[in-house]
Amino acid sequence: MFANFDWDVIIRSLPYLFLDGMRFTIMLTLMATGGGIVIGTLLALARLSNIPGLSHVAGAYVNLIRSMPLVLVIFWFYFLVPYIGQWITGASRPIQVGAFLSALVTFTLFEAAYFCEIMRAGIQSIPRGQAQAAQALGMGYWTAMGEIILPQAFRNMVPVLLTQTIILFQDTSLVYVISVTDFFGAASKVAQRDGRLVEMYLFAAFVYFVISLAASYWVRRLQHRIAIIR
Amino acid sequence: MGYKWNWEIFFQLSPDGTYTYLQLLLFGAGWTLATALLAWAIALSVGTVIGVIRTSPMPWLVRLGNAYVELFRNIPLLVQMFLWYFVLPEVMPQVIGDWLKQSANASFYNAVICLGLYTSARVAEQVKAGILSLRSGQRMAGLAMGLTLPQTYCYVLLPMAFRIILPPLSSEFLNIIKNSSVALTIGLIELTAAARSMSEFSFQVFEAFTGATLIYVVINVVVVAGMRWLERRVAVPGFIGMSPPVAAH
Repeated sequence: MFANFDWDVIIRSLPYLFLDGMRFTIMLTLMATGGGIVIGTLLALARLSNIPGLSHVAGAYVNLIRSMPLVLVIFWFYFLVPYIGQWITGASRPIQVGAFLSALVTFTLFEAAYFCEIMRAGIQSIPRGQAQAAQALGMGYWTAMGEIILPQAFRNMVPVLLTQTIILFQDTSLVYVISVTDFFGAASKVAQRDGRLVEMYLFAAFVYFVISLAASYWVRRLQHRIAIIR
Repeated sequence: MGYKWNWEIFFQLSPDGTYTYLQLLLFGAGWTLATALLAWAIALSVGTVIGVIRTSPMPWLVRLGNAYVELFRNIPLLVQMFLWYFVLPEVMPQVIGDWLKQSANASFYNAVICLGLYTSARVAEQVKAGILSLRSGQRMAGLAMGLTLPQTYCYVLLPMAFRIILPPLSSEFLNIIKNSSVALTIGLIELTAAARSMSEFSFQVFEAFTGATLIYVVINVVVVAGMRWLERRVAVPGFIGMSPPVAAH
């Protein structure tokens, strides 16, 4: 079965796979996670707010995004981002956006919907008395949220947020559908160029497996260490 | 914005000359549902078996089940699709490989098997959590009544476990519908792929994606309503119907 398995093609393409491909994947994962958590937290605050309309708008956005497949969302933004750019900059034509920026906007806004639900659960896990105590001490909404509620909500939800990040790391491979060279895109380009599908796809699977498995073990250990003792 | 909207595009004939663009999208939705439903049958049956053996008293079975779940959970779905579709026929003996490549609807069967096994690992996690959430007295009582271990699972543990894990299972079912869109990479013309080809033929990009989005939303609403109804029907009296948040898709 592996009689003519060509290790050499993997070794030859290692610099391309990791310096070009994996760097794109990791950057996209980290930046989309950061942006997604910030926007997701704001969405969660909006969903929980008493301001009329705001919670409905945020809820509608989250439910809409969560009912769409990621592939469809990637296509949406791939064509939509140039128009958004035109609208923001006031240019006369849809502006050209690079693959990375397009992918970053897509994953940030897509993951924000999922991070929103995680943060909402985190905020709701804090006893109501804490918000009331903060208010009684004279804190405003943003002070109470920023100093009391969110730090605890965040800490409670760190394991779930990190697990979502591992899923995001795997999901970034879907930028394949808009022909972006992430780690998997690089592997599949080499595979097709050299006619070495078996080697390259197995190697890509192996790398994703090792990274995701290691990360999920680390999350599990972290979960035990940072659990708030009650 | 410099984009010309044309909503009548849905009722115009597509380049194949027989069907309108709307019909193409609906055919796509049909493939999406067929893929998701068949894959769900695999996911539920394999996932239940794996979930059960992970709670069994045999350590090597537990380890086998854990390895299975880690394998299918830690490789991206897209990569798994490619392994099934491109790599498997190559590493099989020539005769079987050729047969796999040439069979009609190869991408559909591949998508079903791949998506089914991928989701089975997630179902196995839920089944295990459901069984472990039951008090250990239930298993002991079953065995003490003279039931064999398989009988205890069949008649005592699993009927309870499934009713408890119904909410996370229904969100897994929504995921399998959405995840079936990844099969477009191996050439299955499901809903997202149909919208993509409509956008390429007609140049009405946003209408095509709006159409697909609306169909996905409708599917979602129907599934969620059905699941709510089912959850009410089978709710275990005396349990609070709450499930912890889990990371998804």
